Amino acid sequence: MILNASGCLDALSAPEVAHGLDAFVTKTVTPEPRAGNRPVRIAETDHGMLNSIGLQNPGIDRFLDSVLPCLAELGIPIWTSVGGASPEEYAHMCERLDGRREVVTIELNLSCPNVASPDGDAAEIVAAARAATDRPLYAKLSAAVPDLPAVARAARDAGADGLSLVNTVRGLALDERTLTPRLGREVGGYSGPALKPIALAAVFACYRETGLPIVGMGGISGGSDALEFLAAGAVAVALGTVLFADPEAPRRVRRELDEQLRERGIASPAQATGIAHIARTSRAPVVAA
Amino acid sequence: MLRREALSVVAVEHVGAYTLLRAARGSLEPGTPGQFFMLAAPNRVLPRPMSVCAAPAGELWFLIDAIGPGTRALCMLGQGDVVQALGPLGNGFRLDVERPLLVGGGIGIAPLPYLSQSLGRPPAVLGFRSNRHAEAAVLVPNAEVVVEPTLVTEAIPGGYDILACGPEPMLDAVAELAPGAQLAWEAPMACGYGACYGCVVEVDGELKRLCVEGPVLCAA
Repeated sequence: MILNASGCLDALSAPEVAHGLDAFVTKTVTPEPRAGNRPVRIAETDHGMLNSIGLQNPGIDRFLDSVLPCLAELGIPIWTSVGGASPEEYAHMCERLDGRREVVTIELNLSCPNVASPDGDAAEIVAAARAATDRPLYAKLSAAVPDLPAVARAARDAGADGLSLVNTVRGLALDERTLTPRLGREVGGYSGPALKPIALAAVFACYRETGLPIVGMGGISGGSDALEFLAAGAVAVALGTVLFADPEAPRRVRRELDEQLRERGIASPAQATGIAHIARTSRAPVVAA
Repeated sequence: MLRREALSVVAVEHVGAYTLLRAARGSLEPGTPGQFFMLAAPNRVLPRPMSVCAAPAGELWFLIDAIGPGTRALCMLGQGDVVQALGPLGNGFRLDVERPLLVGGGIGIAPLPYLSQSLGRPPAVLGFRSNRHAEAAVLVPNAEVVVEPTLVTEAIPGGYDILACGPEPMLDAVAELAPGAQLAWEAPMACGYGACYGCVVEVDGELKRLCVEGPVLCAA
């Protein structure tokens, strides 16, 4: 299953890109409208990019009234990413979404590096959200914490149905001439190819720790990257930065992943999930028996 | 509908301080003047937005100022190399103007040759920071050229419909002089097709995505 990483696609601006996905994940919606951070918001670095969008969104009222009905017309399953300042706000968001059948999954954005961190830890927020909805709840976590598996376990114990791993990590880029920050808000979220080993380690560890379904993301640009995330323990992958360079990435990554699986004799993506955890004595390439 | 294609580089030429990248057009349409393409820079994570400089038969021309790693990589391309291009994107200039005057500053002259051709070679005023940069004025017909310390805004006559592209301070000054001018803006972009919300600029207190609501915006 191939999704987009939240924040990396506006399905209404580019429906043909969204149609290449198995599900569309919205940009994070918050209780009130947010204008987002002041420009400059984008800075490419040698092996990735920084963004400082700052959760620009119309707020939950307008999202429900005018955005969600248009998204539903696309005919793609919709995951809605939600943010808030406290467990109560997350719970409120989940209550508002709970009655909307267009939304198949709620992703709790617990880790945006471009806005102030919410009050309450991940477990408190997940617990509050859990009490407000029966919908599948995925907790989106950052790898930039001292003990990610412990956070993931706490999220699971509080009622999360799955994990989205990982969010961007905070980074800084300086203008080479002036040696001042290139982004308007100085720091931003780092994504792209350089994030992949960090994201893989997070998926690997949280798969082992929690057994929850995981959407793996971070630096996926081709089918072999996607296969590695499945092998580390993901059941699905999400594309982020690669969508900016290649809007055809959803179909291309799917095609390349299918080729990889076929070449290795692996019948389905599900059969690839977790194979990095199987103890092996041989260093021979992985192919199905 | 997004169109993306691998284009073959026909030639890479120096024009003063800038580089003219000429690519075979393939099946891509050139769009209207002021629209742009996202060009994949070799070995870079993000493509770079480049407006169409000219669209002679079978080709697309892009005028590039090699100021960073992405633009430098594009200028290092050679004949026969391939460059991925997505476009045309954004909103170009409106061409239904009575007395057009093209105003360009520095690399902001990039879309003006195509615009000039589309409007029947109207008068133009171009400003550059050095004589070497000003050599690129050869690309724009009927142009009056000024070089710093003279500013292009000092050379704009009254009574024209202004279509301008250049650095932000120049566009701000043009907007003061000529409310109603069409201004082509620039911002760092990641996607070019409305996905990332990275290229917003504040216009009259409102944030606009330059890639889908611009890059040409009305000054008033």
